[in-house]
Amino acid sequence: MRTPSFVTPLLLLVALWPLQLVTSGPAQAGAQKDQQETGKAAAGDQKLEKPALPYDIKNKPPVQTFPVPRPPFSPDIFPCSQCHAMMKPNLNPRVLTDYHTEIVLHHSEGRWCTDCHNALDRDKLRLISGELIDFSVSYRLCGQCHGDKFRDWKVGVHGKRTGNWNGDKQYLLCVHCHNPHDPKFKPLKPLPPPVRPANLRR
Amino acid sequence: MSDTENRDEHVLHRSRRKMLKSLAAGIGLIALPGKEASASVWEEFFQKHFRELSKDELKGVIDRMEQQYSKQFGKKVKVKTTLPIEGVKYGYGLDLSRCIGCRRCVYGCVAENNQSRTPQIQWIRVMQLDKDKGVDLSHAEHYYNPAEVPAKGHFYMPVQCQQCENPPCTRVCPVQATWKEHDGIVVVDYNWCIGCRYCMAACPYGARHFNWAKPVLPPAEMNPNTHYLGNRPRPKGVVEKCTFCIQRTREQPGRYPACEEACPVGARKFGNLLDPESEIRYLIEHKRVFIFKEDLNTQPKFFYFYAT
Repeated sequence: MRTPSFVTPLLLLVALWPLQLVTSGPAQAGAQKDQQETGKAAAGDQKLEKPALPYDIKNKPPVQTFPVPRPPFSPDIFPCSQCHAMMKPNLNPRVLTDYHTEIVLHHSEGRWCTDCHNALDRDKLRLISGELIDFSVSYRLCGQCHGDKFRDWKVGVHGKRTGNWNGDKQYLLCVHCHNPHDPKFKPLKPLPPPVRPANLRR
Repeated sequence: MSDTENRDEHVLHRSRRKMLKSLAAGIGLIALPGKEASASVWEEFFQKHFRELSKDELKGVIDRMEQQYSKQFGKKVKVKTTLPIEGVKYGYGLDLSRCIGCRRCVYGCVAENNQSRTPQIQWIRVMQLDKDKGVDLSHAEHYYNPAEVPAKGHFYMPVQCQQCENPPCTRVCPVQATWKEHDGIVVVDYNWCIGCRYCMAACPYGARHFNWAKPVLPPAEMNPNTHYLGNRPRPKGVVEKCTFCIQRTREQPGRYPACEEACPVGARKFGNLLDPESEIRYLIEHKRVFIFKEDLNTQPKFFYFYAT
């Protein structure tokens, strides 16, 4: 059967249609003009405001808060000022004999209580910058040295997670798992091993 | 009468064909449940494949099961059929730098998922490996029982169903009693499984477990919040495995799996792989991640990682 006469021009039209996208037309001229304008804008960026640096104290982003439960204080120990308001602070590193004798500091070498605890107002913790924070946000203190763990904890990759995977997740303070005075985990007794197949009762 | 007719008078005239037919019918009758069996046994026998049940049929099946389990365990048992959540594919992360091999996850799973206590079935297997040798299964020990864990020089690697994206187990099932759902969980229809254990042979992780005997589950320890494809009490002769706590994770809002919540050191992470802000996506992108038996191309959803 002979090919009808309209088929060949039709096929040519379909095959060569994409070419019209690269040849100049009104829309194409507009696109080229846009590119020229953005080129100029890039060159003129130096005149725009510089973005805020992360360590710019005045323009710091607000501190992120996390829903954490109450710090695991020993019973009746908080607020610390109920005793310490009447006492003169003694900043000399020494072995304590009167009170807090059960606290033995095993947290890196050469540390002393007032490295973290604020001497004058014992209800607060003291950051390196001098800022005083509550015990309820103590993760900020730990995060000063343990920045990588803090970064992971903020995202949810460090630490125990309970709650809803697509809803409210329960965060825990660092101190809920790690004793701040002796943070290394103690070994646990493992739960029983599986029964060997030979001993399974049928 | 002739001799032939005399002989034939005392003989029962039956053809071989009729004899075979009546024998088959007799054996069929014997195989049917006796008169003390309830109507539910009949319904269970003729129940269709889970994916073929209409809404009404499914409701009937669930009602029958809830009645049966409630009676068996003396408490109100709920059997859910929650569908997968749209836009969710579950992923699991396990931090090998943190796991101490305490097995709290193993027993948390057993309590949540109604596994048989006798004979014992555990969906999670924790392997003790040597730090010198790395992940070397020929030197792995899962019956370890030291006085304290972690033992010096060892690290621990729990293994459970990896919910593979390319699962070998679902391909070999001769009756299609196991399949992969849209949210990535590989499930088993316990009423359709014939117990041939081909899937157990196909699984490279040893993650599937068989009920060799009627499972013994103390009613006091039974978790009444169950899912049809997950932790409902299983009969004898079916295969079971981890389902990422389908009865917990498919809710809105969904809870974490029991193993994840039981871990005392926070070595387990769970989330939606399709959510760019989930913790599972963060750790895949930022941590050193390792896939168990990656060379087999099962594409598991279980990602072992090092947080440090």
